[in-house]
Amino acid sequence: MASHSAEDPNRRDFIVIAAQAFAAVGAAVALWPFIHQMNPDASTQALASTEVDLAPVAPGQAITILWRGKPVFIRNRTDEEVKAARAVKLADLKDGLARNDALPERTRATDENRTKPGKENWLVLVGICTHLGCIPKGQSLGDNRGDYGGWFCPCHGSHYDTSGRIRIGPAPRNLEVPPYAFLPDTTMIKIG
Amino acid sequence: MAAHESTFQPTSRTGKWLDERLPLPRLVHGQFVDFPTPRNINYLWSTGGLLAFCLGVQIATGIVLAMHYVPTAADAFNSVEAIRRDVNYGWLLRNIHAVGASFFFLAAYIHIARGLYYGSYKAPREILWILGVVIFLLMMATAFMGYSLPWGQMSFWAVTVITNLFSSIDAVVPGLGTRIVEWLWGGYSVSSATLTRFYALHYLLPFAIAGVVGLHIWALHHVGQNNPTGLDIKSTSDAVPFTPYATIKDVFALSVFVLIFTWFVFFLPDYLGHADNYIEANPLSTPPHIVPEWYFLPYYAILRAIPDKLLGVIAMFSSILLLLFVPWLDTSRVRSAKYRPLYRLFFWLFIGSVLALGYLGSKPPEGAYVWWARVFTAYYFLHLLVVLPIVGVLETPKTPPGSITEAVLGKAGKAHVSTGGKS
Repeated sequence: MASHSAEDPNRRDFIVIAAQAFAAVGAAVALWPFIHQMNPDASTQALASTEVDLAPVAPGQAITILWRGKPVFIRNRTDEEVKAARAVKLADLKDGLARNDALPERTRATDENRTKPGKENWLVLVGICTHLGCIPKGQSLGDNRGDYGGWFCPCHGSHYDTSGRIRIGPAPRNLEVPPYAFLPDTTMIKIG
Repeated sequence: MAAHESTFQPTSRTGKWLDERLPLPRLVHGQFVDFPTPRNINYLWSTGGLLAFCLGVQIATGIVLAMHYVPTAADAFNSVEAIRRDVNYGWLLRNIHAVGASFFFLAAYIHIARGLYYGSYKAPREILWILGVVIFLLMMATAFMGYSLPWGQMSFWAVTVITNLFSSIDAVVPGLGTRIVEWLWGGYSVSSATLTRFYALHYLLPFAIAGVVGLHIWALHHVGQNNPTGLDIKSTSDAVPFTPYATIKDVFALSVFVLIFTWFVFFLPDYLGHADNYIEANPLSTPPHIVPEWYFLPYYAILRAIPDKLLGVIAMFSSILLLLFVPWLDTSRVRSAKYRPLYRLFFWLFIGSVLALGYLGSKPPEGAYVWWARVFTAYYFLHLLVVLPIVGVLETPKTPPGSITEAVLGKAGKAHVSTGGKS
């Protein structure tokens, strides 16, 4: 199309290239609404929080609640379970990071960093296996809790310990600790 | 398209009028009536016709099912139950569609295995083969999204597990995988938004498949069909006209196929499915044992055999994508495994591995099952990446016959050549 060489462009070459570039950018911009419509919309994003009363949950028991469409595990751990979680050496962990939304990203995966001070018996986790999104077993007393007494994902065989940390299996990360707070002067907990 | 002279002669005035304006009857006649077909093709060459039939059946039943199905999380499960119980002949249409998916894959797997055995991917059929792999990928995407629609427990958890495969990208670019998964979901978990978009795409993709099938047939008719000897058509006696020879053979194969198909539709409609999928989707409870439909089991076994998330996902996808490179991985100059004694041995080992992986994919991911899955996964990749290139170099193939005619009639057959074929 261009009548002149690259070393000697004329005004027609400039107009052709500018028009093509403009069309390309326009096409890319027009594509964006078609892609972005699939993302979670504002009504989905609105970060709903959930409050639950923990009074009926005895030591050794666990409950599952729904938060943002995801199951959240709340386990009232026994002293033995807490002790077992604290005795683990960090070097033995597959994922060394705490994965606690309330703490900086590089925090180490000690049991202390995955619970709240003074409330060490309460473990709050997003109950979704970090492998491919199944719900691990271990919430009911009759469930298979895996080799480390925490949770066991039946889909692809990931074992989590009593701190919800991945120990064996294909899952890459520890179970996520969502943002939560114990409400003062009550037995309530607020997730989100 | 093909390098043969069509004998098409429009006789009527309208026929001549149309031939000068849109020579569609000429195209059909040239490609499906007097198209030269190798005289020695066996029943494995009928699988192409069976696949075209399956695609047609899925589209026809799918369109009418769409008139009754409601793609929302609240109503999907009940609308499928209503199709089975209330809609006139809904039970029949739904059973044909569900069983049809299985038979589609059955025919596709035989079709692919035939291509691997007889070297149908070798020059000049590389593009033909690649288009086939593209169709296979589109089929898998369509089947996966279709399986989500009944919104049972297996539907829901299959979608959860498979969409989460993309979160493995987090290991490379932190956060990107999660963004992609949430983009696919339209939320923070598999939800109504996910179901509705899968429904839209499940309706669209079969027409994309039909388009690629058109290219696949175009490529096939441009280079001509392969055959059990792997030899090219060299003389008119090597070939017979497509109609009636191949047409009648395909019709007979189709009749047998449809007989088995309808047996499943009427007597075993749920045999190939899972009872868990008649429990409505529950985001709070994963079934104790999640398995995909049978046709995905080998890939599922590969995914689970590897103890690392990202590598497992890469292995699973590359097990299929590697097929794209088979035309160049196979170094042998002889096409058909009929004349390749060493390759034939490895071919059956490969088929055996795929079947074993299928069995292991249906078993829980523990103990010896995992180890065997690793052994067969290793062979799957070794076969494609190492065995194919090396055997092609080391092996001394048997000498194929001089021509297709010679393969059928023997050397003496040359005397009959003049009466052997007529196209």
